[in-house]
Amino acid sequence: MAEIRNLTMNFGPQHPAAHGVLRLVLEMDGEVIQKADPHIGLLHRGTEKLAESKPFSQSIGYMDRLDYVSMMCNEHAYVLAIENLLGIKPPPRAQYIRVMFDEITRILNHLMWLGAHGLDIGAMTVFLFCFREREDLMDCYEAVSGTRMHATYYRPGGVHRDLPDAMPRYQASRWRSEADAARLNAVRAGTLLDFIEDFTRRFPACVDEYETLLTDNRIWKQRTVNIGVVPPERAIQLGFTGPMLRGSGVEWDLRKKQPYEVYAEMDFDIPVGVHGDCYDRYLVRVEEMRQSNRIIQQCVTWLRANPGPAMIDDRKVRAPRREEMKGDMESLIHHFKFMTEGYCVPEGESYAAVEAPKGEFGVYLVSDGANKPYRLKCRAPGFAHLAALSEMVTGHMLADVVAVIGTQDIVFGEIDR
Amino acid sequence: MSAASDTLANELRAVCGERLALHVSGADEITAEVASADLLAIVQLLRDAPTLQFAMLIDVAGVDYLDFGRTEWQAEQATGTGFSRGVDCSAVHPLRGDRRYAVAYQLLSLTHNRRLRLRAWCEQGEDPAVDSVTGIWASAAWFEREAYDLFGILFRGHPDLRRLLTDYGFIGHPFRKDFPLIGNVEVRYDPALKRVVYEPVSIESRTLVPRVIRHDNRYDPALLGRSGGG
Repeated sequence: MAEIRNLTMNFGPQHPAAHGVLRLVLEMDGEVIQKADPHIGLLHRGTEKLAESKPFSQSIGYMDRLDYVSMMCNEHAYVLAIENLLGIKPPPRAQYIRVMFDEITRILNHLMWLGAHGLDIGAMTVFLFCFREREDLMDCYEAVSGTRMHATYYRPGGVHRDLPDAMPRYQASRWRSEADAARLNAVRAGTLLDFIEDFTRRFPACVDEYETLLTDNRIWKQRTVNIGVVPPERAIQLGFTGPMLRGSGVEWDLRKKQPYEVYAEMDFDIPVGVHGDCYDRYLVRVEEMRQSNRIIQQCVTWLRANPGPAMIDDRKVRAPRREEMKGDMESLIHHFKFMTEGYCVPEGESYAAVEAPKGEFGVYLVSDGANKPYRLKCRAPGFAHLAALSEMVTGHMLADVVAVIGTQDIVFGEIDR
Repeated sequence: MSAASDTLANELRAVCGERLALHVSGADEITAEVASADLLAIVQLLRDAPTLQFAMLIDVAGVDYLDFGRTEWQAEQATGTGFSRGVDCSAVHPLRGDRRYAVAYQLLSLTHNRRLRLRAWCEQGEDPAVDSVTGIWASAAWFEREAYDLFGILFRGHPDLRRLLTDYGFIGHPFRKDFPLIGNVEVRYDPALKRVVYEPVSIESRTLVPRVIRHDNRYDPALLGRSGGG
């Protein structure tokens, strides 16, 4: 009888289904995975160490670049941790804006996930559909912060500025005809809130569209049903959070269980899976998009009716106004000191967690009373999920590794930090 | 201290007794400090005691307390004398004492819906060491690998303690406070040798904004009438 040996195979880091820079060393018995050893760190930038060398407010932008598909949720955890230590609370309008943008971010993330996951398993069209709606949401990011991805919009004590009265418009160019620009600008004529409201009216039909492509699709089901099954006890043991935990049937969502900002006043449901396989996690995330849409609608209604400050009026954590700075020496000095040295945060430590699209994104902040964090630790949901990859793929075929990576919604910005 | 954290503190005292030292930080979060010798017995109790049931280990963070409470810039007396970089580095913060490395565990109880932070100070020695909790929570495996990689903390009993985030063949533990921010080596592609070469860093370290600690009456524990954050 011929000698049979296991084969060790390298996957990535430049594999198109590796979602960035994942290197997997797979031990295979024929086509069946015996063991998977993920090698990570190819995107390690030392964000946490860099944050230790900068005043608190200068690291907000780094947070965007952790999980670069759910930017504002990362900022949210970071500013919450600073706010905990400073003992301040943003005004209600800022809290509603944050909740609204957290949910916009959730839809952004899930659209990216759905498109990429579909593409991994061979469904090309979903990707194009998802990016169509993502474009609109990125315009919302652009309207409030000036950038389409790395917003740096949340600040300790509120948000950088109130919602704008106008949306950025498209201009006709060599690549975009007058008619195209006019069609795109038709929904961008009013304020940002008008645009978001219009989006929330359109969006449920878009989700239906994705679902007609996938939910009852035979190929999709063959690739996802009973793949990467995680029983609930095991999911808890492995530190799963977010849709990965809910897909296994554990009803746990920080927005409901430990509500932060104004989530306690929102009316929404938490979808929960039954079997804990890739298909259930798909269903959970698709339903989450619908629920996020509901939350955004409630926020829009509230924000329309309740104008007010979007930032705490405390000169210890916000710079003086431009007019004051130009006319008043003390304000100029204050502005200079605020922008260079920053503010000192009292000695202590805090762990702040938000329900990011991928799961619990937490920030553990240790301060020794200085103007810089003493230690910052970002708890990335994907880190715990990827750690369990070996367990989830063992016994599956090679092609299922791609499905499991997809279902985990891996983004290396947050895992490698 | 709120009612909820009061209850948790009482239950912790009832189950673990004197082996846990409890601190409450500003935002009503409880930090329990445990001696590294008691760690394994305590985490077993924290997970399994019916009143606690911390079934989920959310995060493990290594912390290097080498420079805790030290500044690069004396801010308090500066008005009269001007700023100076010659700050006395001998002062040791009372939180740290003669210890340096700690591991902070963030625990979550799904049953009781509450959180707890557990801090274990590492044993001093040639390498800082602490027992591994992988036998209690499977999620600890990678978190501990990361802490080993970045801080050089050894976790006794860890099944697979390899480096995780740094480069293959990396020397040193980059998140230690005495490891330079700019690193020690840089890489570039050498067209003559046709391969990537490692060289000592060519950039100079500089501090853009010095660390300062300013006394602020608003946060003074004595004036606020509450116990200080741990």
